[in-house]
Amino acid sequence: MAFAAFGSSAAPVEQAPRRRSWVAVILLLPGLAYLALFFLTPFISLILTSLQTPVEFGDVGQFQQAFKIENYAQVVGEYWPHFLRAFGYALAATFFALVISYPLAYFIGVKARRWPLLQALMLTLVIAPFFISFLLRTLAWKSLMADETPLVQGLKALSIIPSDGHLTGTAFSVIFGLTYNFIPFMTLPLYTTLERLDTRYLEAGSDLYAAPATTFWKVTVPLSMPGIVSGTLLTFIPASGDYINASASFLGSAQTQMVGNVIETNFLGLLNYPAAAALSVILMAVILLIVGIYVRRSGTEDLL
Amino acid sequence: MKFSLGKWLLPLYSALALIFLLVPIAYTFVFSFNNSPKGKSNVQWAGFTFDKWLNVCDAQGVCEAFVTSIVVGVIATLIATALGTLMALALARYRFRARSAISLLLFLPMATPEVVLGAGLAAQFLTAGVPKGMVTIIIAHALFCLSFVVVTVKARVASLDPALEEAGRDLYGSPAQVFWKITFPLLLPGIIAAALLSFALSFDDFIITRFNNGGVTTFPIYVYTAAARGVPAEANVIASAVFLFALILVVVSQLSSAARRKRLAKLS
Amino acid sequence: MAEGAFAEAGADLELVGIHKRFPGFTAIEDLDLRIPAGSFFALLGPSGCGKTTTLRLVAGLEQPTSGRILIGGKDVTDVKSFKRPVNTVFQSYALFPHMTVLENVAFGLRRRGIPDPLGKAHEALRLVELDHLSARRPAQLSGGQQQRVALARAVVNRPALLLLDEPLGALDLKLRRQMQLELKSIQTDVGLTFLHVTHDPEEALTMADTVAVMNKGKIEQMGAPEELYELPKTAFVANFLGQSNLFTGPVVSSKGDSIIVDIAGVKVEVPSARAQRHTDEVTIGVRPEKLMLHTEAPRKAAGVNVLGPGRVTDVSFSGVSTQYQIAIPGLGLVTVFAQNMVFGPVVNVGAEAWVAWTVDHGFGLADEPEHAPKFAADTDTATIALQTRHELLAEIEEA
Repeated sequence: MAFAAFGSSAAPVEQAPRRRSWVAVILLLPGLAYLALFFLTPFISLILTSLQTPVEFGDVGQFQQAFKIENYAQVVGEYWPHFLRAFGYALAATFFALVISYPLAYFIGVKARRWPLLQALMLTLVIAPFFISFLLRTLAWKSLMADETPLVQGLKALSIIPSDGHLTGTAFSVIFGLTYNFIPFMTLPLYTTLERLDTRYLEAGSDLYAAPATTFWKVTVPLSMPGIVSGTLLTFIPASGDYINASASFLGSAQTQMVGNVIETNFLGLLNYPAAAALSVILMAVILLIVGIYVRRSGTEDLL
Repeated sequence: MKFSLGKWLLPLYSALALIFLLVPIAYTFVFSFNNSPKGKSNVQWAGFTFDKWLNVCDAQGVCEAFVTSIVVGVIATLIATALGTLMALALARYRFRARSAISLLLFLPMATPEVVLGAGLAAQFLTAGVPKGMVTIIIAHALFCLSFVVVTVKARVASLDPALEEAGRDLYGSPAQVFWKITFPLLLPGIIAAALLSFALSFDDFIITRFNNGGVTTFPIYVYTAAARGVPAEANVIASAVFLFALILVVVSQLSSAARRKRLAKLS
Repeated sequence: MAEGAFAEAGADLELVGIHKRFPGFTAIEDLDLRIPAGSFFALLGPSGCGKTTTLRLVAGLEQPTSGRILIGGKDVTDVKSFKRPVNTVFQSYALFPHMTVLENVAFGLRRRGIPDPLGKAHEALRLVELDHLSARRPAQLSGGQQQRVALARAVVNRPALLLLDEPLGALDLKLRRQMQLELKSIQTDVGLTFLHVTHDPEEALTMADTVAVMNKGKIEQMGAPEELYELPKTAFVANFLGQSNLFTGPVVSSKGDSIIVDIAGVKVEVPSARAQRHTDEVTIGVRPEKLMLHTEAPRKAAGVNVLGPGRVTDVSFSGVSTQYQIAIPGLGLVTVFAQNMVFGPVVNVGAEAWVAWTVDHGFGLADEPEHAPKFAADTDTATIALQTRHELLAEIEEA
């Protein structure tokens, strides 16, 4: 699965290398050319675009190459709340997804081991949301949280939300949507590590006088660290760049716009390519920084 | 035996969590039977009907968008699977100096938010003066599928017992014969898994497509555009049908592998 | 038995001055070996002794650093593995999981374009008595059945030389004994040259005509199984093939056809013909089952060596025999295997005891006495593969 992407797959068998490395070059060449052409050069394009300046007396969307580093200051000045929201919402969604997914993954990976069919069934249900359109899933939640639904009416009756309040278009609904949409990305890597967890370690823990809670924090959690790291990365990275959940036609409103929304608006709506490019470069840089620090701090460099 | 809450807490919680995951799916499915007015929003329940399932193409553009998504998915999958399989073979089988740099290069697209990938490609096409359309969508999709294919196939190559290929050589197989008769058939399940994953990613992609579609409407683009004024029930029909198809595929493959395991267990 | 199809005789295998170096260690050091056609030859040694590397060199899966490999007099050193008239039964069998048993067996025949591959494959399967399972997949067979399919898949090609890489290692003891006998009888039927690599001395002794004991990349001793057991020439062989009691001392005199060695003040006689060295410090030995245990000092007699008295420090019962450890002052521990002719041990721990053996059963080793018998570090095939990788990495760095 894709969830092995962050390294939670079984350690590959060490194999004897072969000498004819020119074969390797031939095998790699088409893919590398593709990546160079459509991944690396776009990055360069993005950086170049971010430094462009409008063509004098030109139409909207006409820019010329320059070295206008002020673009960056400008977008940060204008859109810093969107960055804060993006990382804040993504962090919250990652946290909730972890809290919700861990017990589920633990049950499927450890407790359900004795019943392979149950395990398979539960896993299928975990990935089931992938089989249905991401957008329709999110729209479904929007409808379920709409003002006239019994859920919202009930909450209003209980004064949990004010009588003129809404559930959609709030930070709550955006974080809720992000959490929901990325739970499978969290559950699957957690499941992969927990599934391989040797329960004898847990028995050894309790044999050595550790209470169940202590065994959990001192044995289970550290052993499932690779799954936690890949799961949180698989959730945090796409969540921080997402703009569906926060978009006004879905679960968000003008007050919940994240950086993804303003990149989209600037690029596709306002045709302000330099601003969109500068925002993208900053987003990418911050994510790489966060991922780098996180991976180093959690001691799982070998995952990458 | 005493009923203990602690023992049942975790299974109960897991069941609730799974139900939570299924709520929007059930909603989408139920509303595919909604007798909503033609071409109008599908939010209010207006009675049960099979009409939308029977006349799914009635809503304007929904079937065209679906077909476009299938075409894009198939072509992008073919490109990504071919390029990715070759790369996976090279990375799993050969050691060379640039190996870790290439692994990093393959990891980066997976660590890049879709909005940045989409904007980057769009900026590139803009600079190069390439008109956006079907081709640019396919290029974009094959790009983000490539890394996933490499990871999936590489794991399969690494789990392949090198003795099998040695046995092939020992039994008079030339390098080409060993590859086509032994290596490739053994890698095939991994390659198929990678292709399915690739297709699924492509089929459901919205963000990257949005930046590179030009005027072309894929299914997610259709839903997004329709979301502003209300998505017709026909979109729910297509999504539900795709869901059921994928679900059946997974269940059948899991049941058959379970049956195989059982057969083997009986033998030994 | 379909002998007609397999009657072709095997060919000689000759290894001349083979060296194989991996960075950090030498797997094979100056190996010369000649295996006559039609023989069942076993290469025996602990993990990492170079036996698997030797086999892979013969199969063409590795290239020697230097030296030549000749099969039937023809130099095949530079011949690619898929063009060598050699087939291998792999340690893990390496049966192709995506093919039926029949297709597995027919694979080599098809590659060489031999007519009627399926008919010949059936014949080979009949030879190993598995023709009724020819439609199955390897995963549907038991370990012993897989082993026989692997054998059929190799034998069907009528190779000049059949290589067996610990083919019985994955089987349980009982099945292993049974397969040993079957393998031996198939070899006799087919008349091929078998080169069998194993770390199990018992397996090598039961099956092979000739056994070569390998240690640290060199052949320590080669010969018929009985000869190797009864007259080991080095401490390694003496201890790897069964157990031995070894004593070291100077040769004090030699009378006629035997030498007298001073072992901690006791004169011990060894036949000159059974001793590799006749002067200076020598190590002599005797097998534990050749020793007689005495509870009273045995009378001096010609042709018998006696050591003792000592104290019995351990008695352990193992079914057919009982093993006694006797600590003799100045000599250390001596092991005695005694057949269980009576119920219960003959002596108990703490009892005083002497050991005696017929002069003809002793042997003298070729080792320099300061060479303490030692086993090579445990280096398995995976380590060799890793070494190859390091070597390549080093090469790349240089480039």
